[in-house]
Amino acid sequence: MRLAPDKRRRLFAGAGIALVGIALAALPFALALVGTSWVRIANFAVLYVLLALGLNIVVGFAGLLDLGYIAFYAVGAYTYALLASPQFGLHLPFWAILPVGALLAALFGVLLGAPTLKLRGDYLAIVTLGFGEIVRIFLNNLSRPVNITNGPIGIDRIDPFRLGPIDFSKTGHLLGIAISGPMKYYWLLLVAMLAVIAVNVRLQDSRIGRAWEAIREDEVAARAMGINTRNIKLLAFAMGASFGGLAGGIFSAIQMFISPESFVLTESIMVVSMVVLGGMGNVWGVILGAVLLAVVPEVLRWSVAPVQQALFGRTLVDPEVIRMLLFGFALVLVMLFRPAGLLPSAVRRRELAERAG
Amino acid sequence: MDIFLQQLVNGLTLGSVYAVVALGYTMVYGIIQLINFAHGEVVMIGAMVAFSVINALAGGALPPLAVVLAGTACAVPVCMGVGYAMERLAYRPLRRAPRLAPLITAIGVSIILQHLALLVWSRNVLAFPQIIETRIYYVAGAAITNVQLAILALCVGLMGALAWLVYRTRLGTAMRATAQNAQVAGLMGIDVDRVVAATFVIGAALAAVAGVMVGTYYGIAQYTMGSVLGLKAFSAAVLGGIGNIPGAMLGGVLLGVVEALGAGYIGDLTDLCHYGLLAPLLGDRCVGGGHFVLFGSNYQDVFAFVVLILVLVARPSGLLGERVGDRA
Amino acid sequence: MNRRTLTVALCAAALLVAGCGKEEPKQPAPMAQKESAPPPPPPSIEIKIGSVAPLTGSIAHLGKDNENGVRLAIDEANEAHIKIGGKDAKFVLVSEDDQADPKVATTVAQKLVDEKVAGVVGHLNSGTSIPASPIYNSAGIPVISGSATNPKLTEQGFKNQFRVVGRDDQQGPAIASYLAATKKPKVVAVIDDATAYGKGLADEVEKTLKAEKVKVLSREEGTDKTTDWKAILTKLKGRRPDAIFYGGMDATGGPLVKQGKELGIKAVFAFGDGACTDEMAKLAGEAAEGMLCSQAGIPVAAADKKFLDAYKKKFNADPILYAPFTYDAANMLIAAMRKADSADPAKYLPALASLEYTGATGKIAFDEKGDRKDAEMTIFTMKEGKITPVAVIKAGKTIPMDEFMKMGAAEPAKEALKAEPAKDETKK
Repeated sequence: MRLAPDKRRRLFAGAGIALVGIALAALPFALALVGTSWVRIANFAVLYVLLALGLNIVVGFAGLLDLGYIAFYAVGAYTYALLASPQFGLHLPFWAILPVGALLAALFGVLLGAPTLKLRGDYLAIVTLGFGEIVRIFLNNLSRPVNITNGPIGIDRIDPFRLGPIDFSKTGHLLGIAISGPMKYYWLLLVAMLAVIAVNVRLQDSRIGRAWEAIREDEVAARAMGINTRNIKLLAFAMGASFGGLAGGIFSAIQMFISPESFVLTESIMVVSMVVLGGMGNVWGVILGAVLLAVVPEVLRWSVAPVQQALFGRTLVDPEVIRMLLFGFALVLVMLFRPAGLLPSAVRRRELAERAG
Repeated sequence: MDIFLQQLVNGLTLGSVYAVVALGYTMVYGIIQLINFAHGEVVMIGAMVAFSVINALAGGALPPLAVVLAGTACAVPVCMGVGYAMERLAYRPLRRAPRLAPLITAIGVSIILQHLALLVWSRNVLAFPQIIETRIYYVAGAAITNVQLAILALCVGLMGALAWLVYRTRLGTAMRATAQNAQVAGLMGIDVDRVVAATFVIGAALAAVAGVMVGTYYGIAQYTMGSVLGLKAFSAAVLGGIGNIPGAMLGGVLLGVVEALGAGYIGDLTDLCHYGLLAPLLGDRCVGGGHFVLFGSNYQDVFAFVVLILVLVARPSGLLGERVGDRA
Repeated sequence: MNRRTLTVALCAAALLVAGCGKEEPKQPAPMAQKESAPPPPPPSIEIKIGSVAPLTGSIAHLGKDNENGVRLAIDEANEAHIKIGGKDAKFVLVSEDDQADPKVATTVAQKLVDEKVAGVVGHLNSGTSIPASPIYNSAGIPVISGSATNPKLTEQGFKNQFRVVGRDDQQGPAIASYLAATKKPKVVAVIDDATAYGKGLADEVEKTLKAEKVKVLSREEGTDKTTDWKAILTKLKGRRPDAIFYGGMDATGGPLVKQGKELGIKAVFAFGDGACTDEMAKLAGEAAEGMLCSQAGIPVAAADKKFLDAYKKKFNADPILYAPFTYDAANMLIAAMRKADSADPAKYLPALASLEYTGATGKIAFDEKGDRKDAEMTIFTMKEGKITPVAVIKAGKTIPMDEFMKMGAAEPAKEALKAEPAKDETKK
């Protein structure tokens, strides 16, 4: 039987996606053979993918550079922590809190977006940076006069996810196979990631996506074309923030402990680097960027110190320093030589081609 | 009253340091509309170089003032070199790129400079040798030290020198012309690239001096010291009207005073126990000299950001600047 | 049950194939040994002991110090040719770097669990110890921190969590009551750096002072990066405090004292262990003279002489802060294993909980929470640019330093190492 070419292509694509899906689902088993710690590393990588995809909506699609994105992550994380820990004696189930956290983060997104609608480019970047710091400082200080966040000491004994009899923090057994806690979180994160990817991909070519693109390219022209730039921009902030909030809630549950030091400016810059490096506006590029930047530090940890130990007998340069230097150079070099990122979005590629021609 | 006066002195000293750093931001922004995120790191490099020199010379035969001057004399050229390299390698190739590009590059440069400094000077807090003997003078009950006086004098001097450079020299004229319209300036025979490079270099020299001041005044230097200082100075520049040189000075001094007065008084102002009507509502929290402080000095670092956001949202042109908020 | 054994065996086999490429095959993990075929003679077991501390980042020097303490203990144990379960025990140090980052801390904690370490000494900070503790707990691995002082760590109800250092709510009251007793202040100002450490300690100091009927001014806070304290100090100057306590590190505490003197503040400055270093004299110069500060435990200089010499000989440096504590922590793990005659965490954990041990930092025993019973606190003062111990506070009693040295608190430590094996045998 002969299939029409596009049908065949779709079949191949389907098969390819299925294969990738199976590989992703089976990944924790492979990683667990090396060590459960690698499953945890994979979890953090997926968390960063969630964050980067959320930020991609703001930076990549709508072209609004947000340097305080980690604030939304913090909002989600603290929402979960406060509603599911002994802090207030509340122990709500995770499926009830996660949407609340995402909504609350979206609200903060609008809160940040509304007064800054007129600002563009670098001004917006600075204001968002200030916003991120203000949120962190508040979290750090809201232990007085009334104790809400426990201040710098952080909130401990946060509930892990529980779904009926399944406790995500404990090792369970299925058909005689031990399923560790991090593996369960991995699959949950995988589902969340797929959902977020789907939303991103669908958005990219939707009316809203086009409107964002129009704003990014020329706001005045976009408004002239009848786009309600205010609502569309706020929508970008809200949607981007809600993904951050979702990721924050999951982070809170995996760690079972959060403190303001997890939500510093460096983390914001890290997420921005992922988006920029991978390719602003391109979902696959952003994922690549996030995975690269989340895994590279681990690789450096395992490699840099032993190599130096072997060569010089001691560690001269911390892997942490090398990682940060690589970050810095990557940001500069990518901007100089590959401004659209490692995997540029189709639109950006077109633009660059035009500019070159 | 003497407490208020003392807070003003504190604010003025802090503010004049902000002002000198803010000048660097504002000059670069005025000329190519770039927020040089890495400017704070240049301040840090200045402090670090000065530390190395002062540390090496301290205890020698030289008088303390000569040692500090030698430190400055070494820090300034090094920072100028850093400023020039930064402009030449990271920013110049991007002058026609979309606005986000140089900003992201600047973040990258900032990370690189910090960690290179870490490699050279370690990550420890470096204690400056206490070579200058602190003398304290009392003016109407407020204490002011000789170092503070020197900082104030130096800042006024630097601002004067900069004003002279910008408004009375050929280079200054070229800078102002480039700021107004780079293309036309180029047509009039001004070498725009050179003028921009000169701006960076002058800004870096100011940053170096600021670094030495901060280092000797507080007695410490660390590779991370640049980022917070840079952010605050940037806020100061925005407050005064970015791109505007007198504005940067005004903004710096104002921000310093706001921070000092804020940290000094906000705790008492937001102590609900001081308000007779509210105190009974708080129950025993206020009994026996208790406090119910909503915002204390722990929010000191928020002031700069709040000022920044308020100014950008309400009056993006700042106190003395022209309207620039809509530039994209 | 059968399935679980199978799983364990499978995992062990997988670990052997995947993980232990470099190790000699005759030394499999202790767990697997009992189930697989008997290994060839001579019988020996490899016991892995984990050490976690930030080896990179801003407090890497303290992290290295902690690791050195553990390393020294392990090397000494190996030289002593200890037998556990009738086999020659070979202790192996597994050192991990948590970068003082809570996120990294959970990853490396998992890594140590994966490596099947028998016990862990760490983490350095409370902020990393707390998120890591549930992971060790669910694996049942005993953890002893030599430096995490936040009370919360041992309030989580984990049976495997211990610490050999005093808690904030032991150190805070110590310095506060010493301050109240010797300087008799009427009004005290308390400042902190808004970190978990600084704020936690400052809270405890404030509590104690208030209990002693001293008036405490409304709290002032900077950050761990604050260099300009003048606004806060000026405000305090108007309130005329007799003493100022600062919960924070030396890098911020130095400028604080210096600027205080510049403003003409005559109050006594007091600090916790974070600012109880000679660095203060460098940062603040003359201004630091006469300040008070406290350290959890007995002063490093008063630590067992044998330990100090061994440390100096091995690392060609003096211990910085917590090395004697991590040294004791590692030794306690080993002592408990000997007492229980097993390196299986489940078997030696009860022995550890009830162990009475005399180490480099004095006598150690744990209470039911896993905290050190009657932890000593030392009060120092700055004298001619050096911090000098003036008193030791133990079980609420203040003992002047010369008296404490006369009591020979450090003496028994020397005997302890020699006496230990004998004691063990009698217990068997």
